[in-house]
Amino acid sequence: MSVITMRGLRKDFTVRVRTGRLRREKRTVEAVAGIDLTVEAGEMVGYIGPNGAGKSTTLKMLTGVLTPSSGEVSVCGLAPVPQRTRLALTIGVVFGQRSQLWWDLPLRDSFALLRHIYRVPPDAHAARLRRCRSLLDLDEFLDTPVRQLSLGQRMRGELTAALLHGPSVLFLDEPTIGLDVVSKQAVRSFLAELGATGDVTLVLTTHDLADIERLCRRLVVIDHGRVVHDGTIEALHARYGSRRRLVVDLDTPLPPGFAVPGADLVSLEADGHRASFDLLSSSAAGAVVAELATLASMRDLSLVEPDIEDVVARLYRA
Amino acid sequence: MGELRAYGALFLGQWRSLASYRASFAVDLATNILGAVLDVVAVLVLFGATRTVAGFTLREGLLVVSLSSCGFATADLVVGNIDRLKTYVRTGAMDAVLTRPLGALPQLVLMDMPLRKGLRVAVAVAVLITALRLNHVDWTPARAALVVIAPLSGALFFGAIFVASASLAFWWVESGEVGSAFTYGGRDFTAYPVPVFEGWFRAVFAYGMGFGFVAYQPALTLLEHPDPLGLPAGAGFLSPLVALVAAGVAAVVWRAGIRHYRSTGS
Amino acid sequence: MNGLDARVPGISPDRPFRGRVTTFGALSWSGFRRYATYRQATIAGSFTNTVFGFLRCYVLLAVAAGAAGGRAAGYDAEQLATFVWVGQGLLTVVSLWGWTELADRIRSGDVAADLLRPVHPVIGYLAPDLGRAAHAMIFRFLPPLTVGALFFDLYAPSRWFTVPLFALSVLLAVIGSFGLRFLVNATAYWLHDARGPITLWVLSAGVLAGLYFPLRFLPDWLAVTLWVGTPFPGLLQTPADVLVERDPAPVQAALVALQALWAAALLGLAAVVQRRAEKRLVAQGG
Repeated sequence: MSVITMRGLRKDFTVRVRTGRLRREKRTVEAVAGIDLTVEAGEMVGYIGPNGAGKSTTLKMLTGVLTPSSGEVSVCGLAPVPQRTRLALTIGVVFGQRSQLWWDLPLRDSFALLRHIYRVPPDAHAARLRRCRSLLDLDEFLDTPVRQLSLGQRMRGELTAALLHGPSVLFLDEPTIGLDVVSKQAVRSFLAELGATGDVTLVLTTHDLADIERLCRRLVVIDHGRVVHDGTIEALHARYGSRRRLVVDLDTPLPPGFAVPGADLVSLEADGHRASFDLLSSSAAGAVVAELATLASMRDLSLVEPDIEDVVARLYRA
Repeated sequence: MGELRAYGALFLGQWRSLASYRASFAVDLATNILGAVLDVVAVLVLFGATRTVAGFTLREGLLVVSLSSCGFATADLVVGNIDRLKTYVRTGAMDAVLTRPLGALPQLVLMDMPLRKGLRVAVAVAVLITALRLNHVDWTPARAALVVIAPLSGALFFGAIFVASASLAFWWVESGEVGSAFTYGGRDFTAYPVPVFEGWFRAVFAYGMGFGFVAYQPALTLLEHPDPLGLPAGAGFLSPLVALVAAGVAAVVWRAGIRHYRSTGS
Repeated sequence: MNGLDARVPGISPDRPFRGRVTTFGALSWSGFRRYATYRQATIAGSFTNTVFGFLRCYVLLAVAAGAAGGRAAGYDAEQLATFVWVGQGLLTVVSLWGWTELADRIRSGDVAADLLRPVHPVIGYLAPDLGRAAHAMIFRFLPPLTVGALFFDLYAPSRWFTVPLFALSVLLAVIGSFGLRFLVNATAYWLHDARGPITLWVLSAGVLAGLYFPLRFLPDWLAVTLWVGTPFPGLLQTPADVLVERDPAPVQAALVALQALWAAALLGLAAVVQRRAEKRLVAQGG
């Protein structure tokens, strides 16, 4: 069953641009320029794109914050803006750069308030809170006012706050932005565990591709308001011809004019003592290494998996 | 029922936040008493420098200003902090409000209701009682009802003005102080008898926007004072109607504003 | 011009005085430039000041019309109208409301960076404030005054020295207001939260400076006490009185002299407070 459907979803903003000393011109900016997407229940979808690509705008239309300019959108069978308050009961939202907690209140009080706001039965609330407390190690700062929490602590609080009413869809807008390495890992493993249960559909935007690699089977790349890729990370590599790289350290430089079938020479360093090759997707690394061994004596070698960052960077530039 | 309890919880939440700033709260309380007193003193000083203002005596003027400030202070207490909407819009804090299962306007209002402003209502009511005793009012059931209805209508009217002018931020984030031209400006306008003002300015504020029906017309009706500007004696009873129209307009503007909201930031 | 000085504020061992002047000028210009970027806020603010100008002007004119001989507290109708519109314009020039920059920097701890600069902190805030005031003089003082002149009869000064004296008076008003604002903000060094004193300042400044009604409407003893005993009338009332020639020439000049005394005293006090705050900051490590 699909939880989220978008059909021809658009959002245009009009902005005034200064064109002269006093003259201004109205210009229309397509933040989201027609998106068709379906997300099934229990999926974990990573949503990436460069700054200003329309990730957050899409997320805000899905959560009822922004009114779409045109197109259809439905989340859990509800229309986000007209049925905003009903939708709010079935989704959880975390905006990485904004807080939904009460700045001056301890986390514990914020959670109690949210129980009333979302009208959660006390025992269900207590059970969920207990689970989050143990998974996210909230206990040491549960009584600290939110304004005194570190960013990592706050984010753990935000995640809990978004889950206390047992939402069936969780939207996360850059949940790991600005976090230190340890907090990032804590957030990721929490989300991974959450996703593994299959009860919650997870949609997250991020700039950190490690989030995606760790969490999401499905990757949606958006650029200039349009979906440019929708599929697995492997599909992305296959489509954009990502290649594994072989780096060899040699005792003697390779002979001039050599050729290795199945591999393209990328660079020669250290007076020819280090060579890097891109492997063609069809070739086996073993064969290439064996071939190289006949040309020069090898001291060391390493095989580098294609880097998703490179692929995405190439995608953005295109 | 559950919804009401949710709003109640939201209201108590800001109470608890306040407790963590107890010293500031005390200072705020003190400045609010001072502010309320100064408002009245300003009117007294102005009337003190002359015999009559636009044909109205000090006593009559006091009735006008007290009716105005009862309405304004109540509206300011309940929805006055909605003028912080522009901050919410600019910082994007509005997003969090819109992802909760409650109405946006009640949330904003309950999230930080400036309770210290309650003192201003108390001062305004005290001045109204004083003004009623200083003036000769020929009490009838209709006039007695008007004394209660007029401040309540005034509160509804100013509430509408607060909401409508705050909504401006949905279209113009940097609107800054423009809203206060109508909220605080409206308060200043209603604090004096309408004939004090002249020309198109008077026409726009008193009748175009309806500020004339907040305090001036009800005061005339209470005092049986003929309107130098020619409206009939019972015009004061129109004040609830004018307030309802203003509330309707404000509701439309607010809804349009929410639809127009462009969440800034990433 | 020694261009180097502008780029390296305060460091000019060969010509210290000239260096300081260029530094001051550069800092002032930065204040001007900064406010020039808030175009929309400038338009919004001018609009609001103008609406309040209409409101206050009509009220004071009605008061004058009801008073004996059409004069209230020694002002005729034209003088009162001018008083109101000049007040609405100067309101932003002297920044009667809403300057919390120093308090915010103290609370966030950014103030420590001010101590690292080779410029005295009081000067470091005063210079941009004068730039801000210069910007406000053009873009916040003139627009309401122009609207006022279009819709009301305003008073044209008759003495040749009135306008230069008014300019001096405005400068002193800005310095005096700066000193007061600095002191109010500096309470944040000692209090956890300066919001209380700032609210109190906003409230009292409006009334005591003569924004809501000319202070001459008060009983004489009270008006004189305010003038001599507090710096507030020097913020608005004095410049406005000077421009509308409310008093004979010697009194006019004496009021400005009084303003100068207050401005100097407030700046001195600000410097003392800053020194004590710095000692405290150093002792406690921020």
